[in-house]
Amino acid sequence: MSKTLLEMRGITKTFPGVKALDNVNLKVREGEIHALVGENGAGKSTLMKVLSGVYPAGSYEGEIHFDGEVRRFSTISDSEHLGIIIIHQELALVPLLSIAENIFLGNEVATNGIIDWKKAFRRTQELLDKVGLKESPGTLITDIGVGKQQLVEIAKALSKKVRLLILDEPTASLNEKDSDALLKLLVEFRAQGMTSIIISHKLNEIKKVADQITILRDGGTVETLDCHNEDISEDRIIKGMVGREMEDRYPPREPKVGETLLEVKNWNVFHQHHRDRQFLHDVNFTVRAGEVVGIAGLMGAGRTETAMSLFGRSWGHKITGEVTMRGKPVDVSTIPKAIDAGLAYVTEDRKHLGLVLIDNIMHNTTLANLGGVSKGTVIDNHEEAKVASGYRQKLRIRSHSIYQETVNLSGGNQQKVVLSKWLFTNPEVLILDEPTRGIDVGAKFEIYTIINQLAAEGKGILMISSEMPELLGTCDRIYVMNEGRIVAELSKAEASQESIMRAIMRSGEKH
Amino acid sequence: MATDTATKTTQPSVGDYLRKNIREYGLLVALVVIMIFFQVITNGVLFRPVNITNLVLQNSFIVIMALGMLLIIVAGHIDLSVGSIVAFIGAISAIMLVKWGLPAIVVVPLCILVGAVMGAAQGYWVAYQKIPSFIVTLAGMLVFRGMTYVVLGGRPVGPFPKDFQILSTGFVPDFLSFTDPATSLIKNYFALVMVVLLVAYAIYAGLRERRLNALHETENEPFAFFAVQMLIIGAVAIFLGFQLATYRGLPNVLVVMGVLIAFYTFVTTRTTIGRRVYAMGGNEKAAKLSGINTERLTFYTFVNMGALAALAGMIIAARLNSATPKAGVGFELDVIAACFIGGASASGGVGKITGAVIGAFIMGVMNNGMSIMGIGIDYQQLIKGLVLLAAVFFDVYNKNKG
Repeated sequence: MSKTLLEMRGITKTFPGVKALDNVNLKVREGEIHALVGENGAGKSTLMKVLSGVYPAGSYEGEIHFDGEVRRFSTISDSEHLGIIIIHQELALVPLLSIAENIFLGNEVATNGIIDWKKAFRRTQELLDKVGLKESPGTLITDIGVGKQQLVEIAKALSKKVRLLILDEPTASLNEKDSDALLKLLVEFRAQGMTSIIISHKLNEIKKVADQITILRDGGTVETLDCHNEDISEDRIIKGMVGREMEDRYPPREPKVGETLLEVKNWNVFHQHHRDRQFLHDVNFTVRAGEVVGIAGLMGAGRTETAMSLFGRSWGHKITGEVTMRGKPVDVSTIPKAIDAGLAYVTEDRKHLGLVLIDNIMHNTTLANLGGVSKGTVIDNHEEAKVASGYRQKLRIRSHSIYQETVNLSGGNQQKVVLSKWLFTNPEVLILDEPTRGIDVGAKFEIYTIINQLAAEGKGILMISSEMPELLGTCDRIYVMNEGRIVAELSKAEASQESIMRAIMRSGEKH
Repeated sequence: MATDTATKTTQPSVGDYLRKNIREYGLLVALVVIMIFFQVITNGVLFRPVNITNLVLQNSFIVIMALGMLLIIVAGHIDLSVGSIVAFIGAISAIMLVKWGLPAIVVVPLCILVGAVMGAAQGYWVAYQKIPSFIVTLAGMLVFRGMTYVVLGGRPVGPFPKDFQILSTGFVPDFLSFTDPATSLIKNYFALVMVVLLVAYAIYAGLRERRLNALHETENEPFAFFAVQMLIIGAVAIFLGFQLATYRGLPNVLVVMGVLIAFYTFVTTRTTIGRRVYAMGGNEKAAKLSGINTERLTFYTFVNMGALAALAGMIIAARLNSATPKAGVGFELDVIAACFIGGASASGGVGKITGAVIGAFIMGVMNNGMSIMGIGIDYQQLIKGLVLLAAVFFDVYNKNKG
């Protein structure tokens, strides 16, 4: 057994009124990949902030042993100095600087303040080779995709002589191909003796690479599982995370499919910025009452673009095609018109596109239908509070009150506020774009339950998701998109991860 | 997993409430402290009836423009051109009234319309062409100042006819002359009665609102806060009303200002338009995807600002009794400072009309008090700058702590 590199003992961290961490223990062996899992709010990020010195020594109880010694970090640079490097979920790169500039930001290859660009570029190239990124060191960050940006972050960490690499949800915004590449890289690093901690909600990935898994729940350590001693199933991990056996991750539903609500025909859209490039080609689909319809596809397949171009032309240009609702043509050329036509669109990016984070639950709930709580242009405060309270109870939004600012809510509860907002517009068809991204298992189950309720009420649901099991578990019918085209339509019986991937691969060969 | 009790609404405790609203109460306390400080240090000159009247006249236009500026700032923008709009409107009103001899009743609405058009001209570039407001209004500031010189030919124009001057120097006549003004202490009973009635109405409306809130289980501020706040505001208002009543009564400008403050407070707190402006400033993309026409809304906040700046421009011209090319230089900075002292956030989405008004009065009382003390304009600027920085630091400090 290799020696212990990091041990966190009895860590307790309290914020005013909340105990975020309660006697947490974490032991990481040298040269392993250690996974840290738990629902949102379980304390993973707080624990990592304690470790990195964001919360300085003295602001928490407990001890941190690193490399055999007790350490007290008062700033991030203290921990970085020892080689503890965190890559956060929201990448900390400067978009308009080059890869090389970003890698050596704050740590420039310079003598007396004058940068040696030749050397910096050479060293960048070495680092890029190590992480397998085929880009020139002079390329701007804004010109490369999220997957490659993630690799730049890792290269940046390597430039600092990393001993312990901590990745917070590294694959959350990556497609499967990029995720796989990233995980492979971690495994390679392990072979070279590097230690890493990976925080993730994607249990299948964790199963693939982790040596040990530590599970946190409600600010405490539940257990540490050794992946080499026993075969650990996803259900086993989930049981630890939620504290109970989760027989079914998807609530059951008896579909009662009715008439066709939304029908989109020959939907052609050109790219928002590259204006001569056609992005969507003859997209056709239908959503019926009481039906949950999925759209599967890789990143960049055009799923979000389909939804957004449909919803008041919020994306793209030169949009043509026909949209009907209950068989009658409808005008969806602006967002208010699309809302009037009975459409609602829950975005994939709830923080930037879904919520006014500095505002409270009540104001966010009524934002898309202020007319519903107003007489003329005057808002009826009491009616508004009643509406917001109603949704807060119905969707079980956990908060002090409807006056709590949404920035302080967990991901799952934020998503429920966004759902409340759109439910209050009383739509016929809801387009849900990655409705469970970045939210924990328990909250996911609740979101699925809400989706089922809505379908049972006769609404049509169009769900875009990158998690295939989620689509398979919730949808009655799945469209598969690739390169701006719908390449397959699969019934529940036909749909499987294999059939979806096969449809994508086959369509790729044709072009 | 949390239990159902977590979804029950809890009334905030006094401590929580104070922490959440410390900015607003702090601002009010700061204003009162500054007033008392200058009252003492100037040996009571500050609150002499003549001086109170002066204070109102000197600050009315800053307050009026702060109403529009607050909306602009909440929407996430800035308007640097208001000082130049003030000058231009002063200039054209002088041309129309003095040179062309048009009646005030025609000139006043026409000037407000021109101000709105000037705001629209800038709003178009900001809202529809997505040019940063800082740049657009910086251009506007230069263009409108230049236009003022062109219109006036570089020379002041005046004096204004009497019916235009009353806009800023007139007083509401006493409809209730109980006693002979020549012998009595109270020269204008109407002013006193109006102020008392307004205070009484404010208390009544406040209590009614609280009762309705309790009935609908809406959040209420703790009663102690409500009572103390009403007491302070009521006492100050009645005291000031009494002082004004012993002089010449309510200045017309004060009435205009009061009505506008009430109107904009209502718009920002109770109407869909106000709510949309806050949402847009808080997260423009989310607001747009919620069906809000953010372009049009931005455009109209600039139109509104232009109209208010035009009104201020006429008040200033009438007060100085002449239109000069240098009128309103640097006013935009006072107006913007008032909003930030009043708690508006430079990143948008946050700010209150009452805050901006109190911010404007804090600046006004300080200007006035320091002038009475004989402090030069040089030190006045220096002190005002530091107050602005301190107020915003207080915000940032609170935010980081909370």
